[in-house]
Amino acid sequence: MSKDWPLWEVFVRSKGGMAHRHVGSVHAPDSEIALRHARDTYTRRMEGVSLWVVPSAQISASDPEDDATLFDPAADKTYRHPTFYDIPEDVKHI
Amino acid sequence: MASLPPIDLPEGATGKGEFDSPQAEVPHDVRFDYLLRLGDDSLILGQRLSEWCGHAPSVEVDLSLANMALDLIGQATHFLGAAGEAEGRGRDGDALAFHRDVLDFRNCLLVEQPNGDFARTMARQFLFSTWQKMLFDHLTGSCDPLIAAVAAKAVKEVAYHQELSAEWVIRLGGGTEESRRRLVDALDWTWRFVPELFEMDEIATAAAGCGLGPDVGLFREDYDRRIRSVLAEAGVDVPSDQRPILGGRRGHHSEHLGHLIAVMQFLPRTYPDAKW
Repeated sequence: MSKDWPLWEVFVRSKGGMAHRHVGSVHAPDSEIALRHARDTYTRRMEGVSLWVVPSAQISASDPEDDATLFDPAADKTYRHPTFYDIPEDVKHI
Repeated sequence: MASLPPIDLPEGATGKGEFDSPQAEVPHDVRFDYLLRLGDDSLILGQRLSEWCGHAPSVEVDLSLANMALDLIGQATHFLGAAGEAEGRGRDGDALAFHRDVLDFRNCLLVEQPNGDFARTMARQFLFSTWQKMLFDHLTGSCDPLIAAVAAKAVKEVAYHQELSAEWVIRLGGGTEESRRRLVDALDWTWRFVPELFEMDEIATAAAGCGLGPDVGLFREDYDRRIRSVLAEAGVDVPSDQRPILGGRRGHHSEHLGHLIAVMQFLPRTYPDAKW
């Protein structure tokens, strides 16, 4: 049955103020059932407070063959990292 | 069954809602029997649903059904534990679940019916959870603090069961020719077990009289309206009334319950001192 259903990517917000994070995918006939499948599959141990589902077919992905062009040039640009600043202890999630 | 943490009783669990009136003393045997009914409904349906584990149409549905089963078995743990205490003969929830024979079970007949195909499982769930949700809504106002507290926690679980099963009924009805045919067959099979849910026998009447539980007749119209509206959305007719089958609350069960209980009780009966 599930092979007839489209795939949905699941995003979970772990708590208020945090961004939704990709956690996996589910098969489902439509978005409503996809949300319920996502709830039953990915939040059964109190992992989240909010859910998004997105049709996997709607996601545009970079081509692995372009990896060298896209990502290698960043390799030696250490000056782009904010490692030269002190982050106050009270600032979380950076 | 004994591994769930104890639940906190919310403040003011007693004396709210429609039961907010001077209470008569609750007779011990009424409380015991009423708790058995609540516990057995959840236990038997939980056991039935767990039979799907590893066999559901997809891994996602497998998890949905197992989650529901666990919710129900959790409810049974609380209700049967309290029933054992009410009885006062040293039986705990496990003893009641695993060392009673068929005639002593007090669940309604609907929950013991075999899973059949996915449509029949969902039709059964929809008809039962819609009722259980309305029952638990009322039970949050029970004069019994434990029943009120368990209902307050469980009503959220059951609301989800009701929504999920309604969604599936709608999709099966509006899906393929085959899914629609299976849904119509499923509703036709389960329909005769609905009247028992609304039966007000001696125990139910006594329980309503002392504020333990509601008169289920209070939400019969709401129930019918909800069922009609979901079936209309599913594009199928409400089944015509059939001769009701009653008796589960008095221990007169269908032949299916014995087989379910044999499987459920095998381990603790064969290895009485087995520990997890």
